[in-house]
Amino acid sequence: MYLADSRGGPPARTAAPDRTGPGRRPAVPGTVLALGAVSLITDVSAEMITAVLPLYVVTALGLSPLGFGLLDGLNNGVGALVRLAGGHLADRGGRRHKVVAGLGYGLSAVCKPLLLVAHGLPAIGAVLAADRAGKGLRTAPRDAMISLATRPEHRGRAFGVHRAMDTAGALLGPLAAFAVLRIAADGYDAVFTVSGCVAVLGVLVLVLFVPARTPGTAPAPGTAARPTLRTSLALLRRPPLRRLTLCAALLGLTTVSDSFLYLLLQRGLGVPAGLFPLLPLGTAAVFLLLAVPLGALADRAGRRRLFLAGHAALLLAYGLVLAPLRGLPAVLGVLVLHGAFYAATDGVLAAATAGVVPPEQQGAGQALVGTGQALARFVCSLAFGAAWSLWDGRTALAVAAAALAAAALTATRLLRTGHPHREGTR
Amino acid sequence: MNRRTRLIVLLLAVALLGTVGTAAVLRAAGRSADRDRQQADGPPVRPGTVALHPSGARQLLVRNLAWGPHRDEITAVPAAHPGAARTASGLTCLRFHAAAGTGICLQAERGALTDTYRALVLDARLRVRHRFPAPGIPTRARVSPSGRTVAWTVFVSGDSYAGTAFSTRTAIADTRTWALDDNLEDYAVTKDGRPYHASDVNVWGVTFADDTRFYATLATGGRTYLVRGDRTARTLTTLHGNVECPSLSPDGTRVAYKKRVPGASPDAPWRLYVLDLATGRETATAEHRSIDDQALWSGTRTLLYALPGDYGSDLWTVPADGSGTARRLMTSAVAPAYTG
Repeated sequence: MYLADSRGGPPARTAAPDRTGPGRRPAVPGTVLALGAVSLITDVSAEMITAVLPLYVVTALGLSPLGFGLLDGLNNGVGALVRLAGGHLADRGGRRHKVVAGLGYGLSAVCKPLLLVAHGLPAIGAVLAADRAGKGLRTAPRDAMISLATRPEHRGRAFGVHRAMDTAGALLGPLAAFAVLRIAADGYDAVFTVSGCVAVLGVLVLVLFVPARTPGTAPAPGTAARPTLRTSLALLRRPPLRRLTLCAALLGLTTVSDSFLYLLLQRGLGVPAGLFPLLPLGTAAVFLLLAVPLGALADRAGRRRLFLAGHAALLLAYGLVLAPLRGLPAVLGVLVLHGAFYAATDGVLAAATAGVVPPEQQGAGQALVGTGQALARFVCSLAFGAAWSLWDGRTALAVAAAALAAAALTATRLLRTGHPHREGTR
Repeated sequence: MNRRTRLIVLLLAVALLGTVGTAAVLRAAGRSADRDRQQADGPPVRPGTVALHPSGARQLLVRNLAWGPHRDEITAVPAAHPGAARTASGLTCLRFHAAAGTGICLQAERGALTDTYRALVLDARLRVRHRFPAPGIPTRARVSPSGRTVAWTVFVSGDSYAGTAFSTRTAIADTRTWALDDNLEDYAVTKDGRPYHASDVNVWGVTFADDTRFYATLATGGRTYLVRGDRTARTLTTLHGNVECPSLSPDGTRVAYKKRVPGASPDAPWRLYVLDLATGRETATAEHRSIDDQALWSGTRTLLYALPGDYGSDLWTVPADGSGTARRLMTSAVAPAYTG
């Protein structure tokens, strides 16, 4: 198999597994379940806010929310920098992943009660930006901890379990928020307070149940234990990581954002306006259901292969939107393919990254690949918006589909040439 | 810490955080219950019959925001005596408008899990003739002068590429055929004389000239425009820049609107202006505060609009020609419409 995750092959050393005890070692270690629980709880908290924020801004504050999107470009740039910094800092000083992740979760938790006192759009925008900075800070250290805690051959499944738990939280959050509003009409302050309490609980689970250092992975005394900024960036000189980052970015450049896809889906396939808010739930539900099985499949069939197969599913989804089809079956088809795309790529990319980065630089490696992908997707959004203006939405999607096909072919070649070694995982 | 200690710490924290959360919810619930009790200093509100074809004098219909059992109901007062006792219809709406015996009511519907929204087309006795689902939070509603065509705008979120951006959806429906254009962004846009496409086009705040022709706001690329729309040709054509929430005068010659003025705070960026459609001349009204409402003409000379008040919002009035001063017409009211 050429689409291999290197194990034991130079230059990457694989991270050692979580030693949960002598004898049987579970495929999904307790650390991953604990981090999954932290993400689930944190996402409940975050999505409670996201679900009610438009309603709060329009009905409680009486403000027009149309100017809100203006800050997002800035937030995305800052988010990317913070993510890189988070990954790098987490690797320093003998891996303080837990501390940096904890700071990220803590910062987001502090932002929830701040919404109680932010009454204008600029103030709310600032709180949301800080919240997002917290998210950027914690993402890479968290993925590094998942990688370090899991045996290499089970990483796909472990990331799948984490992403499924994360998505479950995202689906539960809005339900929790509306349950609060049921009990207390217009009780947005109560929603913010409850969300803050939930976020604090998430931080506490992290502090109590995620081990500070993964046993057996600490570098031997005397070896260079503090990666500098230069060594973090030098990761990109490693051909496998460079290729993976390049592929993630290349495919990210042709990954049309969810909202554009939903907009085109609604117009092209004739989704009634009333069903529009349900489209993201469809994608999330499929992601939730498929994350674990596809993660496990990635462990057996090869993570790069599944990552590419996920983009093939996305390409099929574009095709379905462009096809002269209408009606519910076509819409469901697009949502299933879209959810499968996330399940086959999101955690799988992190697992693939873990395989080509040495253990002491997991944070920086995860940050590089993740940031490359996120920035590429943002550029794609800007380009897609411009293409939409130049031609129209459907033509823009057709061009994106052609570009995605070309990017996928290039990525396949890149990942094939990069891996002379057979895949060792079974 | 061993496992047992950690579990005890977690349980204690859950108990503490649970108490804080519960207290916050109960406090909010208590406050919400207060709003169902009538305030001594509030306007008197009595249940009764409200009709869009009143036999007697002209009436002003508003969504009543005064605390008490009829909060959020459409209530009527004599147009000449807005401070008089309000007659509550029993119909709850977030946004409302009416003309020539047709009403449009944008309403929240409590679902099992979340709220959904709908647009109700009402007859002259406020009975529901037709329901349309609405995909977001209601913000504007209008009926054409003849009562045949209705339009509404809602806010939707998560529709743009970067998370917290919001956009609008505006729909127009024919109350004879029930034909529905559920997204005016599908209309062909002509901007500055040329065909125009963009993913960030938003349309809101329809005001009708007749059953097929209307004006509205179109936003794209960070700017807003007054557009003239045609429901038959399915077109939108830009006419004038920096215009939001237009409201056409009864004689069809002027548009009252929100204009973004330089130097204003980002939270309060608008002032109430009137545009002469024939000459393009803009006139500032004597209302110097920022308004965020689609104004209503009460005749050809006076404007009515909502501003934040003690119980949500109050209705204010100002001359349309820039003269005079703004004065408060009604407290605790929003979404006005005149009958007759």
